[in-house]
Amino acid sequence: MKKIIVMVKQVPDTANVTGESMKEDGTVNRAALPAIFNPEDLNALEMALEIKNLTGAEVTVITMGPPKAVDILKHSLYMGADKVYLISDRKFAGSDTLATSYVLSEAIKFLGKYDLYLAGRQAIDGDTAQVGPQVAEKLDLNIISYVQNLIEIRDERIVVEKDSDVQTEVISGRIPLLMTVTSDANDPRYPNSLNMLKHFRSELQTDIPDENKSRYEKNGWVIPVLTIDDLGIDPDKCGLGGSPTKVHKIKSIVLKGGDFTLFENNAGGVMGLVKEIVKDYSGEN
Amino acid sequence: MKIAIFIEKNPVTGKLREVTEELSAKASALVEPFGGEVVGMFAGDELPVNCTDLFSSGLNRLITFREKRLRDSHPIAIKNVIEKMILSEDPDIVLFGATSLGREVAPLISSSLKAGLTADCTHLYIDDFKDKGKILYQVRPAFGGNILATIISPDSRPVMSTVREGVMKVPEEMTKNEIRSEDFEMSLQDNWFINDLLKILPKDKKVNFNRSDIIVAGGAGVGTKENFKLLSDLADMLGAELGGSRAAVDSGYIDKSRQIGQTGAVVRPKLYIAFGISGSIQHRAGMDESSKIIAVNSDPKAPIFDISHFGIVEDMKTVIPVMMRYLKEDLNG
Ligand SMILES: Cc1cc2nc3c(=O)[nH]c(=O)nc-3n(C[C@H](O)[C@H](O)[C@H](O)COP(=O)(O)OP(=O)(O)OC[C@H]3O[C@@H](n4cnc5c(N)ncnc54)[C@H](O)[C@@H]3O)c2cc1C
Ligand SMILES: Cc1cc2nc3c(=O)[nH]c(=O)nc-3n(C[C@H](O)[C@H](O)[C@H](O)COP(=O)(O)OP(=O)(O)OC[C@H]3O[C@@H](n4cnc5c(N)ncnc54)[C@H](O)[C@@H]3O)c2cc1C
Repeated sequence: MKKIIVMVKQVPDTANVTGESMKEDGTVNRAALPAIFNPEDLNALEMALEIKNLTGAEVTVITMGPPKAVDILKHSLYMGADKVYLISDRKFAGSDTLATSYVLSEAIKFLGKYDLYLAGRQAIDGDTAQVGPQVAEKLDLNIISYVQNLIEIRDERIVVEKDSDVQTEVISGRIPLLMTVTSDANDPRYPNSLNMLKHFRSELQTDIPDENKSRYEKNGWVIPVLTIDDLGIDPDKCGLGGSPTKVHKIKSIVLKGGDFTLFENNAGGVMGLVKEIVKDYSGEN
Repeated sequence: MKIAIFIEKNPVTGKLREVTEELSAKASALVEPFGGEVVGMFAGDELPVNCTDLFSSGLNRLITFREKRLRDSHPIAIKNVIEKMILSEDPDIVLFGATSLGREVAPLISSSLKAGLTADCTHLYIDDFKDKGKILYQVRPAFGGNILATIISPDSRPVMSTVREGVMKVPEEMTKNEIRSEDFEMSLQDNWFINDLLKILPKDKKVNFNRSDIIVAGGAGVGTKENFKLLSDLADMLGAELGGSRAAVDSGYIDKSRQIGQTGAVVRPKLYIAFGISGSIQHRAGMDESSKIIAVNSDPKAPIFDISHFGIVEDMKTVIPVMMRYLKEDLNG
């Protein structure tokens, strides 16, 4: 196992949506939610770093996102990643999972060949769990999804536990291989202070003034940014235009704090409660 | 209109995954106004034992491909077989269960067919869209369950979706369709089977609150272990996870691993239903970020009501049986 690449995404902290993060019109105010490292991507990175400890593999991290996603790339460096890249272009905005997986797979092709490709199981904003398998298909890779435990690494094989919903499967997979990792897999490490010292100055290549370029390069503080032009990919396959799915309409199902309805303690009241229970989960209201 | 559905077997029971029948019934309701057919696609070693039940829940035709190597889930092999069936059938819509296999195979196929795929849908309907005529509208929770998004793929053929298990109901009375089954022919390649399944472990019963949308929790007010059984019946019915306060744990109603609160698990389900829980600060620390909280407590002054969205002041022993009766009616149509 020599080279590992991890795909990570910056997401709004949707687990902490409160009344304040809702707009007047009932939609989610993304700006009011902190942007965080997608939780299961931390598990994917942790797995990569554990394998690095075992085999000395080099760990590369990429994210497709706006410039502020540099935060999770720096966090990756602090945790122990060796190389990080931001894949960023205005034309990526509005990408669905097909367009996202197209960009990610092209970026990976551009960067080279890896033995192991890791993604989180699912991002907590789009919530689709589709990007990992789609990248695998585009790169014609072997795949194991929902990996909840790394058991051992043997030459060209990696043995893991897969959480398939009715049973747990112990699978020996042959590399090169893409795996999606669940939150049960491990406890992601905290940033390491030596790595923080080494990388706290690191910045996006596009944010470094020319006069500082050589000093930043010498110290390894440059975080490369790759655009559509750098990758030489088809802009029509990126962003909204490259996305067959469109978000037609959004409805919030979060209740604002403080709303309280007391039902009568009779059959009618219980029926009211039951309606509340059933309603959100059918999507039919 | 033609809708193809992915037929999946539960490897533990050898029967159909429940979502498969739900897909069949839903697909049949979707094509009904327009005429057309619902086609099932199966790739595996042996057919699910109750496979013909599908013809009583809306299926018109079943295409099967059987091979012993498909005994274990080999996503790439299954993807290649199902993709070939889709290409030969050319359906308008393809539905998969949002199971672990469905959510692995569907994106693989959508990527190679470049078809739009909507994840984990809870509602599907057909309506007009601009000059495209009738298209599929796909409703799905996203953003950690905080929003319901309606997704369309107006230019995609086929339109693909995965559908959450347990939300689309199979009507009691459906006409029995004639059983029509045909074998699909193709050859498999060895390199679709590069992984080895070494062992199957029974699913450990570790509590995983994060994975359930609903938590049914009980406290000291539940009173006895027998009453707590009522809660677990309700939880089963809702597909919910069972939890409790420390007082419930201390009283021996429920295992310590299910304690919620400051010294237990911190949970954020979409719906938290609390029975006989006063709502102490320590308990609230573990659940007050739930999207929706429903409380049943005999004391109108119980602090749990301060953080609840809906409530009833009543003995939980009275409420639960009535709730279960209404739920049953609702689930059956
Ligand atoms: C409300 C809403 C609903 C949506 N529904 C759909 C839908 O049904 N179908 C659809 O095709 N698109 C949908 N999208 C678009 C989708 O959210 C985006 O394409 C998103 O960029 C990727 O999908 P995801 O967040 O679901 O990621 P997932 O597929 O859940 O992510 C899995 C893993 O892939 C990797 N990954 C994902 N995105 C990136 C990235 N940008 N950079 C690096 N690694 C990444 C990470 O490792 C991540 O853990 C929806 C968007 C919204 C806002
Ligand atoms: C350091 C510390 C840590 C703690 N950590 C936790 C923790 O992690 N989790 C936790 O839960 N607690 C924790 N506690 C304990 C906490 O303070 C409360 O004692 C506990 O939460 C009370 O549980 P309860 O609500 O079930 O019981 P009670 O407070 O006794 O409430 C029972 C409720 O049931 C109602 N009731 C009675 N009969 C009925 C009926 N027939 N039908 C309907 N309602 C009925 C009553 O009106 C009452 O409101 C902790 C305490 C300390 C000091």
